Amino acid sequence: MKDFIIPDRDMGTPAVKSDVTVNLTVDGISVSVPAGTSVMRAAAVAGISVPKLCATDHVSAFGSCRLCVVQIDGMRGLPASCTTPVAEGMVVHTQTDDVARVRKGVMELYISDHPLDCLTCAANGDCELQDMAGAVGLREVRYEPGKNHFARRDAEGPNPEYRPKDQSNPYFTFDPAKCIVCSRCVRACEEVQGTFALTIEGRGFDSRVSAGMGSDSFLSSDCVSCGACVQVCPTATLIENSVIQIGTPEHIVKTTCAYCGVGCSFDAHMRGEEVVRMVPGKDGKANHGHSCVKGRFAWGYATHRERQTQPMVRERITDPWRVVTWDEALDFAASRLRQAQQDHGRDAIGVITSSRCTNEETYLVQKLARAVFLNNNTDTCARVCHSPTGYGLKTTFGTSAGTHDFDSVEETDLALIIGANPTDGHPVFASRLRKRLRQGAGLIVIDPRQIDLLKTPHMGEGLHLPLRPGTNVAVLTAIAHVIVTEGLYDEGFIRTRCDWDEFLAYAEFLRDPRHAPEEVEKLAKVPAELIRKAARAYAAAPRASIYYGLGVTEHSQGSTTVMAIANLAMLTGNIGRPGTGVNPLRGQNNVQGSCDMGSFPHEYPGYRHVSDPEARAIYERVWGVELSPEPGLRIPNMFDEALAGRFRGLYCQGEDIVQSDPDTHHVTSALKAMDIVIVQDLFLNETSNYAHVFLPGSSFLEKNGTFTNAERRINMVRRAMTPRNGYEDWEITQLLANRMGANWSYTHPREIMAEIALTTPSFSGVTYDLLDRVGSVQWPCNENAPLGTPLMHIDGFVRGKGKFVHTEYIATEERTGARFPLLLTTGRILSQYNVGAQTRRTENVVWHAEDLLEIHPSDAENRGIREGDWVRVASRSGETTLRAHITDRVAPGVVYTTFHHPTTQANVVTTDNSDWATNCPEFKVTAVQVSPSNGPSEWQEEYRHHSELARRILPTAAE
Amino acid sequence: MTETMTHNKLIRMATQMADFFRSQPDRPAPEAVAAHINDSWSPRMRQDFVEQIRAGAEADPVVREAADLIRI
Repeated sequence: MKDFIIPDRDMGTPAVKSDVTVNLTVDGISVSVPAGTSVMRAAAVAGISVPKLCATDHVSAFGSCRLCVVQIDGMRGLPASCTTPVAEGMVVHTQTDDVARVRKGVMELYISDHPLDCLTCAANGDCELQDMAGAVGLREVRYEPGKNHFARRDAEGPNPEYRPKDQSNPYFTFDPAKCIVCSRCVRACEEVQGTFALTIEGRGFDSRVSAGMGSDSFLSSDCVSCGACVQVCPTATLIENSVIQIGTPEHIVKTTCAYCGVGCSFDAHMRGEEVVRMVPGKDGKANHGHSCVKGRFAWGYATHRERQTQPMVRERITDPWRVVTWDEALDFAASRLRQAQQDHGRDAIGVITSSRCTNEETYLVQKLARAVFLNNNTDTCARVCHSPTGYGLKTTFGTSAGTHDFDSVEETDLALIIGANPTDGHPVFASRLRKRLRQGAGLIVIDPRQIDLLKTPHMGEGLHLPLRPGTNVAVLTAIAHVIVTEGLYDEGFIRTRCDWDEFLAYAEFLRDPRHAPEEVEKLAKVPAELIRKAARAYAAAPRASIYYGLGVTEHSQGSTTVMAIANLAMLTGNIGRPGTGVNPLRGQNNVQGSCDMGSFPHEYPGYRHVSDPEARAIYERVWGVELSPEPGLRIPNMFDEALAGRFRGLYCQGEDIVQSDPDTHHVTSALKAMDIVIVQDLFLNETSNYAHVFLPGSSFLEKNGTFTNAERRINMVRRAMTPRNGYEDWEITQLLANRMGANWSYTHPREIMAEIALTTPSFSGVTYDLLDRVGSVQWPCNENAPLGTPLMHIDGFVRGKGKFVHTEYIATEERTGARFPLLLTTGRILSQYNVGAQTRRTENVVWHAEDLLEIHPSDAENRGIREGDWVRVASRSGETTLRAHITDRVAPGVVYTTFHHPTTQANVVTTDNSDWATNCPEFKVTAVQVSPSNGPSEWQEEYRHHSELARRILPTAAE
Repeated sequence: MTETMTHNKLIRMATQMADFFRSQPDRPAPEAVAAHINDSWSPRMRQDFVEQIRAGAEADPVVREAADLIRI
């Protein structure tokens, strides 16, 4: 928490927004600040640091330590500068004899109850208490040893006030002996994170920081390990275990988190090439200094012992791996790819780009397919998550992206959350939303499960529409029906921004009684009155926003649902102003970027169709080859073509399709049918069990590049350490391309970004120099918007007039029946990420060691299932076993699980149904039967056996 | 999976598109289905689809009409 380590200085109290400017002088220096600013912050603006302990600009002022007292002309006594607002003409003195005497007295009291073990303390050199003792000139402590909190024992025996360290959390330690009860941690937990896990128990001398109830530890309490308390602690009371082990950092590398689509900025605190800790960047425009347990603490996978750092090959997937040189691996890969094309045609091979890799890396992989393979067989994991967002928002608004920045949530009056679980999937955004909910904004949740957001402490009423999985379109159309039939639409907005005749046609469609809530209730199982209430609330809010996740897209009607969402925003004029908008919450860190970079088989970077002769001409000129005008294969199409014997080779970078894609049997059979599968990853993942070449990849800490988050924000990723595998991922792609005759000569990702900017209109203004200078920009960034575009569609839609698309509900083919009477839906949990390849290799497993099946008590009872029992989940695709958790979070008839662990393989059960427009798989609806079980299914046993065989590595000659 | 199943899948996907475009007022559904297929399917998939329809595979009338508008 110290200023010389974190360059953005702590200003003492948070910034205040005001149109009124107040002028004052501090120690003779004139300063102007917004009305409502504290005297402490005004002094900081003038360059003067007022001593402080309980104040920090992360949380609002509290005024408890009395160290920040100042003298103000015309005011009596010595007011605390943190809680005193500025006034026009105020004259402030931060150092007078009276002030100095009071501060010394305060410090003397603090130090009298603090151990003086500074030299061996983990916060040595990074302790605000130490700094303040120096700042106030404390030279002696006159108090005799007496009652205290820090000594284990005294002459008479054990000290009854002493409490041992709480080391239950794997990432940080709580040492009550060093606590000065400034309550910064308690306030950060409330104000920043919004969890309210910490409290101060007792009064006076008995005051102590406590996690949860008296009997709780940090781990057993509600604490979500976001690290906000550790970040604000001024002493060693709450400190990262990595700092205890290593020591203080000596330099900082500013970078971007590689987990979810929020794209938090982080300062990697380094000692040499070792990460000491990751601290969320206060200057980060997505996260403003906040983080979650994944980005803050779960980075140890980068140095995990299972990390593969050497290339490997094998003739057949049943052979053990053979460690080889890069040359041999790349030659093997290149010649097999070329052979496949010779034998089966130009279209017989393809690539899968990674939504976890950088924009530059993704760009190169799709370029490999288009310019070197000379086909358009490129796709990305976004296919299986947000491809319907691309189609839906492009059709209705004209761009494949969210409309707003995350800051916009601070101005929303009502948030409608559909098919998303932000407190687990996008925790930092959830904290920002919860802050707004505590300020009184309304909340509507449309989700089969009762998500944690509905239990936000100190929020008003939240509406929950617990619909049956697969009925999103019916419910959203019913909401639109209410808005139209009750006359709640914004006619002015529709007339100016949309096509009025199109609206009239849509309104007529909506008025049909089949869209009435009373009808929809029958199939969606949501009470009609609740739908009406939600419609009225959404339409009535002056500024209503929609945030949605994969519970919207991963359905057979995913694209229709996205368009139904867009319709709601247009009907009510909730576009183009802060606090409104339609915002997809992206799953992986660079889902937005991988889509932007032309990963899809039908689109070049910037979403231009491959059949568009102008766009094609640009790339033909820059790449110097003739390009195919025909769309290539999407991921599921690749599998189908492989099974038909026509698709024979795949280069898969940073994605584990065997674990993450639906209908595992189908995926593995397709991979087995290929001649050459190349996996580039940090670990031998599940897909590598079916691969012939393994190219070791680099972690985000080991490379330069950019990620684009859910708000279209392009953030820098900076290399903090040498790649353990020898190369950054873009270098490996270049080596492979050159083996196949490409002749690429990039020496740094900045050159790749220059090519992206040269060829893509929405990126034409983006350069590394600009990003270094301003931190980040949101595309479009070009001549018209040199610093990027936080808010889209302000005066008009990108496509011109907004388009109302009719949203007829069509039931999925996946229906329950006698054999499969329950609906399975899937999701994720806070501590784990996607297929878990990273988070499973960190201490995060203490929160989630296995995937569990959530089942309603009545469904469990009917089947004789008790809490913790092994159960078999079977669908028409396959079956797996896992343990049951009985909860009423899911409705009767619905079961839920996560897909973080390969031993569970939830996707053995999911089907090959997909979205009508994009083939995004229908992960969220599978008809299943659940029954008691004794242990792993036949598939699980077989898979485990194959997995063990497939992961054998032959000892190298030298060993 | 056999080749026939792959073909069935193409028709199933086209039928899903037909189900959507049937309810859209802007243009005839077969035209919209064909445009969507032309935009997003590889030439080989389009060819397989058309051959399958021409060989008399069972399909929705909109899908059948769309097959005539597929670029091959």
